[in-house]
Amino acid sequence: MIPLSWYLILAAALFSVGLFGVLARKNAIAILLGIELMLNAVNINLVAFWRYGSLASIAGQVFAIIVFAVAAAEVAVGLGLVISIYRRRNTVVADELDLMKW
Amino acid sequence: MTAIQILFILSAVVILGAAVMVVSTKNLVHAALYLVAALFGVAVLFALLDATFLTVVQVVVYIGAIAILFIFAIMLTRREMRDQGEQLNRGWGAAALIGLLTFGGLFMLLSSWRGFNGTAAALPSGFDGVVELGAALVSTDAFVLPFEVASVLLLAALIGAVYVAGTKK
Amino acid sequence: MATETLIWLIPLPPVLAFFLIVLFTNRSKALSHTLGVGAAFLSWLGSMVVFYKAVTTEHFSGFASSIPWLPVGDTWFRIGISIDPLGAAVLFFVAWTIFMIFLYSVGYQNFGQPKGDHDRAGLPPHGATVTDEHGHKHMVLSVEPMYSRFFAFLGLFAFGMYTLVVSDNLLTLFVGWEIMGLCSYLLIGFWYGKPSARAAAIKAFMTTRIGDVFMLLGIAFLYQATGTLTFSEIFTEETLHVLATTPAFFGLSAAGAIAILLFVGTIGKSAQWPLHVWLPDAMEGPTPVSAMIHAATMVSAGVYAVLRMFPLLTAGWHEGAALLPAMNLVAFIGAFTALFSATIAVAQNDIKRVLAYSTISQLGFMIAALGIGAYIAAAFHLITHAFFKGLLFLGSGSVIHGMEHGVLHTGDHHVDPQDMFNMGGLRKKMPITFWTFLIGGFALSGFPIITAGFWSKDEILADAWANGHLTVFITLAVAAFLTAFYTMRQITLTFLGEPRTKEAEHAQETPWTMTVPLVVLAVFAAAYGWVGIPEHFPVLGGILPNWFHEFVGGSLLEHPEALEFSWAPLLTSLSVALGGLGLGYLVYRNVKSPAEDKLQIPALKNKWYFDEIYDFLFVKPSYWFAETFTYQWMDKGVIDGILHFFGKAAAWIGDTLRKYIDAWFINDIVADKLSHQWTVHPAARAVRKVQTGRIQQYMLTSIGVLFVVGVLVYYFFMA
Repeated sequence: MIPLSWYLILAAALFSVGLFGVLARKNAIAILLGIELMLNAVNINLVAFWRYGSLASIAGQVFAIIVFAVAAAEVAVGLGLVISIYRRRNTVVADELDLMKW
Repeated sequence: MTAIQILFILSAVVILGAAVMVVSTKNLVHAALYLVAALFGVAVLFALLDATFLTVVQVVVYIGAIAILFIFAIMLTRREMRDQGEQLNRGWGAAALIGLLTFGGLFMLLSSWRGFNGTAAALPSGFDGVVELGAALVSTDAFVLPFEVASVLLLAALIGAVYVAGTKK
Repeated sequence: MATETLIWLIPLPPVLAFFLIVLFTNRSKALSHTLGVGAAFLSWLGSMVVFYKAVTTEHFSGFASSIPWLPVGDTWFRIGISIDPLGAAVLFFVAWTIFMIFLYSVGYQNFGQPKGDHDRAGLPPHGATVTDEHGHKHMVLSVEPMYSRFFAFLGLFAFGMYTLVVSDNLLTLFVGWEIMGLCSYLLIGFWYGKPSARAAAIKAFMTTRIGDVFMLLGIAFLYQATGTLTFSEIFTEETLHVLATTPAFFGLSAAGAIAILLFVGTIGKSAQWPLHVWLPDAMEGPTPVSAMIHAATMVSAGVYAVLRMFPLLTAGWHEGAALLPAMNLVAFIGAFTALFSATIAVAQNDIKRVLAYSTISQLGFMIAALGIGAYIAAAFHLITHAFFKGLLFLGSGSVIHGMEHGVLHTGDHHVDPQDMFNMGGLRKKMPITFWTFLIGGFALSGFPIITAGFWSKDEILADAWANGHLTVFITLAVAAFLTAFYTMRQITLTFLGEPRTKEAEHAQETPWTMTVPLVVLAVFAAAYGWVGIPEHFPVLGGILPNWFHEFVGGSLLEHPEALEFSWAPLLTSLSVALGGLGLGYLVYRNVKSPAEDKLQIPALKNKWYFDEIYDFLFVKPSYWFAETFTYQWMDKGVIDGILHFFGKAAAWIGDTLRKYIDAWFINDIVADKLSHQWTVHPAARAVRKVQTGRIQQYMLTSIGVLFVVGVLVYYFFMA
């Protein structure tokens, strides 16, 4: 049988890798990819806690489903923004999108 | 070591390896494909956790829809990214440090928790997670409100995405 | 197929055609009219089969079938179809006239003609220039720009009428009724580019709406009183007895009150006084619409509804007894309308307007007949009238069409192709139209023996006489005289004599799609009367059985007796018909212009000033209420006044604060004197460097800070 710790460590590692992607990638789409990794890490945690906690309370799975919905919404809007920016400024490099500075 | 544990380790290796490739590969199309691999690994984990419905949703929604959406977006903005030699920005060292710190911090926090090495109870006979989940999603005693709010969110995102990405005449 | 199934299917083809045309085929004129006419044909075919089965069934009492539709409490509200003898007879004429009108519309809307030079949607076609093989340019009629839409509307209209006829309960009858109301609005305003058409459409809709509200009240009352709207359940002896003995209000029984409320709906729909004003204006629509609304379907629907409700109207009454209050009201409205609008028709010059008033008048005949309890005579007149009035309207459309041809030929667009004083002598130019119109006109006047109108009108008069309703008898007789008179005036001015204008000289017979319906309807206008010759009529009575009386009488619980023959009404009806026709010819054979017409009396010409009176009584006060009272006083004065007061007060407070706190204290002292020179400005200059605008840098910073804070918190508070 697999102990809960395995899942938690894996999820933590996945989360950190995703976080690194978000912070370090130049390309805005790649940042979104990193966010997806982080969301998946969260989902693993949610489901694992459901399975290792009380089976009767289904909240873990429900939350995972809500996360799916949020992820879908986030990707749709995020990619829409990226494409819109690309069309106007011809770049998807996050660092070059610095209009909001002093 | 049981077969299930071997399966877990295999998928963990696939997930982490693919995740590292997602954040490090220079070719963005490859990054998106590695993301698909990582998502598949997560689907396997869901199956191991007896969350059958989520396994299917993971494959259908995440891989079927979201990953494909990424590939579309990458294709649409492709010319730009090929010119970029370096895919990591100047602050990547600090980012790596933060990543490691996060992992370390999480590990420390979790390992100090007493349920850290807990094991799962066997599923009771006749337990149907899909039925439970479905009932919970539409029950007024449980999650019908978040469920409906999520659908409104999706609709709003749909309209918003069309508005943001669409060309104004 | 079972007859009941067939009846369910009858209304469907036109509505399918409507949707198909609207959704798919509206670009193709040929496809659209094929669908429309094809659907009308299918419904016609179904109706004929049903009619044939009804006629050949021994002691026919009705086909019916229903389905549970809406759960109400612990029972079901059922809707369904039923065709009793009256329904079958009505279905017969509705099917014929609708089919003929569809066919006629193909020609009337100029199918096959070129596109107009300046035509645009919403206006009648103005004609197109074509060049013939000799290189001569000339104008011809052009095709209607919204041809497909017209057939779609007609289809929906036909659906409404068929639904109304086949339904077995008041609710679906009302649904059909309202669908027709909508379509009549759409069709009257079909040429919505003309302000007059728009106004007429709104007028028709509003006026009939008044009636419909009362009708809906009546339906609600009936449902409340009996718990059902199905005819067969209402018209049982027990229910009727209960309704007749329950008192309601104003000394009426419940049955009488309901009947009157429903009758107000009929007043609106069948354009009876005082809600008659919409029908003449409805002539703004294309002529097939006039025929459809004013003969075949919509106005007949009003009379049909009263016929349907006849047991309710007469609950507690038996033949020969004194009339009930409700019946008195109905008889009064009918007889008054018959005479009143006949007087107006005498002074009208527009060929379609004469017919419009004539329609109102003839509907008055039917309503009056119903009021005095002459059920069969009313049904008979309803059907013969539908045929001959449909024929007359289509004939007048044909005349107008021919005149438009003449107008295009001369190019003088100031000549009104509908004014009868611009016509004359058309019998030679348009022989088919002339002969069919003549038959229709004679039927309308009640020309003896050979026309259907004679038999039905005579039956109404005979009934009034036999039952001693002398006032009604005299009123209707005078109205009948005027009818014959204005009909002959119309025929004389339009067709006889010599052409009075160049346009009339160049009028032309219309295409076959228009003349065929004329001929078909003319046959019915003449021959349909022969199915209802009274048994005791001298010489002719008894040669043919009085089929109509036997057949339609089967709709009632108690089969009405055949009347004894009496000479007085027959002589009256003969003398008024022939006298009116003769006098009309004598007076108008030499009249050349409106100035020579002695009957152009202002009161008649202006329809007894009813439009003006309504304008003064209802329209103007409504406008005043909306514009002056609600808008100027309430909205702008009171409500806006209060709001403006708050707005001004807030502005004053804001201004005071700005002047004495903001401008003086904050700006001058704090901002300028303190910060600018000493602290805030240089500090901001230093700190803003952090705002790089780079999202990832922000994130990195914030997570770093989070870590530091986390470690500090952990170290100081948790450990």
